[in-house]
Amino acid sequence: MNATVIKVGMADFKIATTLNTIRTSGLGSCVGIVIYDDRKLIAGMAHIMLPTSGLNKQEKINVAKYADTAIPALIQRLLQNGASRFTLKAKIAGGAQMFSFSTGNDLMRIGPRNVDAVKEKLEEMRIPLVAEDVGGKSGRTIEFDPNSQLLQIRTVNKGTIHI
Amino acid sequence: MDLLKGLKPYHLDVLKEIGNIGAAHAATALSQLLNKKIDMNVPSVRLVSFHDLPEQLGEADAKVAAIFLRVEGDAPGSMFFIAQIEGSERLVKHVTKRAEFQLDTPPYDEMGISAFLEVGNILAGSYLSSLADFTKLSFYPSVPEVSVDMAGAILSYGLLPLSQVGDYAIVIDTMIRERLRTNKLKRPISSFT
Repeated sequence: MNATVIKVGMADFKIATTLNTIRTSGLGSCVGIVIYDDRKLIAGMAHIMLPTSGLNKQEKINVAKYADTAIPALIQRLLQNGASRFTLKAKIAGGAQMFSFSTGNDLMRIGPRNVDAVKEKLEEMRIPLVAEDVGGKSGRTIEFDPNSQLLQIRTVNKGTIHI
Repeated sequence: MDLLKGLKPYHLDVLKEIGNIGAAHAATALSQLLNKKIDMNVPSVRLVSFHDLPEQLGEADAKVAAIFLRVEGDAPGSMFFIAQIEGSERLVKHVTKRAEFQLDTPPYDEMGISAFLEVGNILAGSYLSSLADFTKLSFYPSVPEVSVDMAGAILSYGLLPLSQVGDYAIVIDTMIRERLRTNKLKRPISSFT
C-alpha cells in the first residue's frame, strides 16, 4: 500500500522510501534518473534539463538541473538516507526529441545529448544502468515504486509500460 | 533568480500591457478567420520557477496540442500556442469542414494538422508583430512546429535556452475564447527574457 506519491519537479530531485512512490511528469527532452538501493528499498529521482553544468551562466548553480551535477548529488543524498554505495542501481527514461527543427542550434537537439551525459556520468560513478526507455518523439511521465523496483512509464499515445 | 532579480512590479505591468495588445491582435485575427466573435481576457503576468511551471499551467502530463516557434532577433525567446485537445479539434473542424478530425489517436489527419499549424502561425504571428510594433524590436520567428503531447514535455523544450541563465520564466498568460462558450479554447504562452 503506497501512502503518497512524491512529486519531482523540473530541475529537481527527491528521495522516496517504501512508504511512497516517486514521480515526475511531462519529461520531454529532459531525462528522469532513478537511482535505488534494491536491498534497503530506498530510491531517489532527478529530473535533469541539460547535460553539463558547463552550460551554466548563473552565479549560483542549481545542481538538479544538470546531468553531471545531479547524479553525484542524488547519490550523496541516498547515502545520507542509509543507502549503501555498492548496491545502487539506476533506471532512466526521457531524452525525447519533441520537435524536429532543422536549424543548426545545438540546444534544440538536447534530448540525445542529455541521455549520453547521464550514461557517461553513471558509468563514471560505477552505477549499473539496469533499464532504460529513451529517445523517440514522445513525452513521458514516470513513476518508481521502491518496493517492486519497477519504473512505470506512461506516454500519451503508446500506453503504459514497466521497466 | 539572477537575471530576473531586478524585475519590479512596474515591469510586470508593462509586460502585461504588451501581452494585452498582442492578445487583442491575435483575437482579431482569429475572429476574422472563424467569422465568430472572440473574447479575450486580461492576461496575468507571473514569475514562475521551473519546478512549478508545468503544474501552474495545468497538469504537466495533460495531453495538449501545441505550436512552437523559436523567436530570434533583438529579444530571442520561445513562443507557444497551446490548446486543449477538445478545443483544437473543434477549431480544426470549423476551419476545414472535416467532421471526422480527431486528435485522440494517431495518425492524425494531415490536412487537419496543417490547418491547425496555420491557425497557430497566424495567431502567433499577429501576437508577435504587435509586440514588435509596440517595442520597436525586431523578431524573426522560425518555421512553426506542431506537437500533440504532454504539456510539460512540450514546455520544457522551449525553456531550454532560458534554463541556462536562470531558474525562472516570465509567463504571459493569455486566454482567448469563443463568445458564449465557457470552456477555454486556447492560450498562447510566451516566455521572453
